[in-house]
Amino acid sequence: MSDAARPLVSGGAAPRDTDTPEDLTPAQRDLARIWETPPGWGRLAAVNHTVLGRRFIVAAFVFFAIGGVLAMLIRAQLASPRSAFVGPELYNQIFTMHGTVMMFLFAIPMFEGLAIYLLPKMLGARDFAFPRLTAFGFWCYVLGGTILVAAMLLGIAPDSGWFMYTPLSSGRHSPGINADIWLLGVTFVEISAIAAAVEFTVSILKFRAPGMSLSRMPLFGWYVLVTAGMMLVGFPPLILGSVLLEAERVLDLPFFDPARGGDALLWQHLFWLFGHPEVYIIFLPAAGLVSTILPVLVRREILGYAAIVVSITVMGFLSFGLWVHHMFTVGIPHLAQAFFSAASVLVAIPTSVQIFLWIGTMMAGRPSFSVPMLYLVGFFVVFVCGGLTGVMLAIVPFDWQVHDTHFVVAHMHYVLVGGFIFPMLAAAYYYLPHVTGREPLYGVGKLAFWLIFVGFNLTFLIMHLTGLLGMPRRYASFPTGYGWDWPNLISSVGGFITTAGFALFAIDMLFQLRFGRRTKPDPWGAETLEWAMPLRPRAYAFASLPTVSSRTPLRDAPGLGAALERGEGHLATPRNRWQETLVVDMASGEPEHIAILPRPTILPLLTALAIAGIVLALLFKLFWLAPAAAAAMVVLLLLWSRDAGQRQDHGLLDAGRGLALPLHAEVARPASWWGVVFLLAADATAFASLVFGALFLWLVAPGWPGPEVVPLPPAKALALAAAVLAAAVAGRAAVAALRRSVPAAALALWAAAVAEAAALGLALWLMLADVPAPTSHASLAMTAAFLAFVALHAGIGAVLAALGVWRCVAGYVSVRRAADLRIGVLWHDYTAATALLSLVFLAALPWLVPLRSLARP
Amino acid sequence: MIPAIGVGGCAGKLSILDPAGPAAGATALLWWVMLAGATASFLLVVALVAVAFLRPGIGAGIPPRRWLVWGGLAFPGTVLAALLVFALATGERLLPHPGSGATVVEAVPEQWAWTFRYAGGRETRDILHLPAGRPVDVRVIGTDVIHSFWVPRLGGKVDAIPGHVNTIRLRADRPGRYGGVCSEFCGTGHTSMTFTAVAHEAGAFEEAVSAASGTSLEGTR
Repeated sequence: MSDAARPLVSGGAAPRDTDTPEDLTPAQRDLARIWETPPGWGRLAAVNHTVLGRRFIVAAFVFFAIGGVLAMLIRAQLASPRSAFVGPELYNQIFTMHGTVMMFLFAIPMFEGLAIYLLPKMLGARDFAFPRLTAFGFWCYVLGGTILVAAMLLGIAPDSGWFMYTPLSSGRHSPGINADIWLLGVTFVEISAIAAAVEFTVSILKFRAPGMSLSRMPLFGWYVLVTAGMMLVGFPPLILGSVLLEAERVLDLPFFDPARGGDALLWQHLFWLFGHPEVYIIFLPAAGLVSTILPVLVRREILGYAAIVVSITVMGFLSFGLWVHHMFTVGIPHLAQAFFSAASVLVAIPTSVQIFLWIGTMMAGRPSFSVPMLYLVGFFVVFVCGGLTGVMLAIVPFDWQVHDTHFVVAHMHYVLVGGFIFPMLAAAYYYLPHVTGREPLYGVGKLAFWLIFVGFNLTFLIMHLTGLLGMPRRYASFPTGYGWDWPNLISSVGGFITTAGFALFAIDMLFQLRFGRRTKPDPWGAETLEWAMPLRPRAYAFASLPTVSSRTPLRDAPGLGAALERGEGHLATPRNRWQETLVVDMASGEPEHIAILPRPTILPLLTALAIAGIVLALLFKLFWLAPAAAAAMVVLLLLWSRDAGQRQDHGLLDAGRGLALPLHAEVARPASWWGVVFLLAADATAFASLVFGALFLWLVAPGWPGPEVVPLPPAKALALAAAVLAAAVAGRAAVAALRRSVPAAALALWAAAVAEAAALGLALWLMLADVPAPTSHASLAMTAAFLAFVALHAGIGAVLAALGVWRCVAGYVSVRRAADLRIGVLWHDYTAATALLSLVFLAALPWLVPLRSLARP
Repeated sequence: MIPAIGVGGCAGKLSILDPAGPAAGATALLWWVMLAGATASFLLVVALVAVAFLRPGIGAGIPPRRWLVWGGLAFPGTVLAALLVFALATGERLLPHPGSGATVVEAVPEQWAWTFRYAGGRETRDILHLPAGRPVDVRVIGTDVIHSFWVPRLGGKVDAIPGHVNTIRLRADRPGRYGGVCSEFCGTGHTSMTFTAVAHEAGAFEEAVSAASGTSLEGTR
């Protein structure tokens, strides 16, 4: 505590949120006023990435602490044989929530928080493409997480394990609200993952400094780009699976019930289609931090930039071909197991590429034991162990033995703690001066490292042996006489040492926030843009935007930060109270247009609250309330568009340094257009998962063929096809009509809205009138699911088209400002495509029945 | 009966490291081979990291391509290819290929107990009788929720998934008692869902089943 006695720097104990006005130039003062988050209750309206990044990190750490307490309860229970600390009912909730909290409420949001805080600064932008989406994701995450934790405090937490295998999680075997809380709560949280994925993809591709071509992008940008792409493809199968399982629980639609043509294995496929990429979604950003921090600490540029980019891309693709290695014991043909085994082993190669390039960088440089470096060494040791046991688990006969034992628990913790937490701790100490604006004090950090490192290995190294001695995972207590007693005791002791280490880390962080001298900019001598700013960063990040001509802008121009502060970059002079940043060409980084970002607003919070209303209504079976909350959500989402776009053409505007660029509203493909493209990519993955599910059930599930298949009435089906096609044509006609007049475009949009509404009506009519007894067999339930999918998209299409009409009338649309209409075209085209595919698929399914004999010999 | 004799006295009767049949034996061998390889790889990485600290700048002259090709591609590529071939051959040998005259028994797990069925409609509860020295195909039948059949000292596990039947081939080398567990989490009784596999001299197997099913039908558990 000797620090406390030291005289504090100016500004007293409280960290300063803004610089005092006299520090700032007039332009900076204007920027600060324009970009600031309002004080007091206005904080709820924050959309700024620095503010939200910090909030994400703090919230994720709080959930980490909760997950940690649960881990300690597990270790307390398993410290001795025949433990009576908690009974199995409670213990099942504890380990289910430990996994759920750590995976969904800690790891993913923690990486998101760090990426949200860092990315715009690394890429040389003032903020993300969709600041309100960042805020919306934050509220969905916090509210969803709160529902899960509240359930735990009430003793009704999910208790079927964090992968929720059905039928254990089905209505019959888990009749309580517990499983609903998982399915709805986690899906609510996943909205934030999808939001972050769209945000990251568009922002990394478009919101960079001029001159930052993709090949000059910091490696962290590449890592997060690949991760975000994986999230767009990885999360939809889980979301779809959760929706189907919740539909089975609430509506008795038998997607997973083998007695009625469903199959429990479908859940496992959908879950692990998400669940395995999830591991890489967690690991890759952390590896990105290693690739960012390590070269700075050893004072040597990273070796093999291009090889690393290739290897993470390969990892991204491979990770979707491995999911079956979680299912080697479910009775899959040996040839298929061999394929997935080989694919699982193959993923070790891009991992090795990175590890050896990191080692090569270290050996070429001059490493020293700073605290972040200590954690990086911890990462090497622990993660390599986890990777090696991962290879072992990919070997089918060995997996048959250790699957579902403590060996797997140990492996998983080595991978996730080694591959995520150690790099994150390194990053915490490395970026501490950036976040606090203070020089870090390192004594306690070293002690915390040793406690965590020693404690962790004590806990989990011996746990491999526990598994080899035959102890299955998820045992609420264990009998004596199997040799499990002392390994478990050692694990428990180690667990408590680890916890002490983390507690020390948390205390250290709190102290670092309050004490320490003001740091100079770029204390580590890093060469990337996030250090080209005064610390702590201001809301607008850069007073003016840099131009980049290499991967190491701060080496090219050591005084870059000060020059940007003086306004020597782009967009130095604010105008019209606009929050401006530059948008560039994806590949080359040539400046393309100026984006005006939205101001702080409470709409994201209100929208998330409306969704929380839907979730709670479904949880408590208040089915009258759910539509009301859904309507509120739609109205609130429509209100988002009020602050987007322009009511007049501006033409080319001065972007500084002789550059003149159009505004985002006046380009063909603004960020919002790209955002919808990537959102639809995620949606298409959900659709593909639905198709996969239907094919899987038709070809593999027991209990088929079901009742006589009733084809959809051709007249209605054709009318539905005609309606979605008409909407797509009308949407395109609106864009064409814009050249004649805005009212003509509005008229075409009316036609699109009517056609989509007709499609909605027809899809619902078909679903309710022409699918007899969908609860009787999975084939009928699947048909209903496809029609519901079409109805949902047609309904959204109708709302979007109507919104387009209003935007035309309200003056947001002109020949130059046509992006709204082009986004509509994307949606109507997509809806038409998926609806037609659905109809063709449903018509073709009966013809596939003979293939069953091939799939099930 | 014959008490399990542990490796070094510390391995209990569910230990993978104390195999009592060809499937478990092959897997245990696989483990020791992989452990040796993994340890060597781990030491290599740790040694390289240590050298980076002890001799700063020692690798300044090594071209990145060399790290990429030898460390990133050649080293793992060779090791993993060899491992895969070895493992696939092992796995193939363990499969229940038809036509080997295996005794067939059925395992029917339900929350939270095991029923075993034998030829002639005989049943036992929580005790699986096997002939020693002969292959046995256990047909694991899915019922209520997912369970998993596992006798660690005899071989790997296989899941009991509702609507599906999975078969696993086991062989006990010697007569004896081998612990078995449900290894897939199946609810509040998961921990207590254990059973014992009893391997009899081949000649005494049928009699033992008949005797046991008689008492078992009395309903004692």
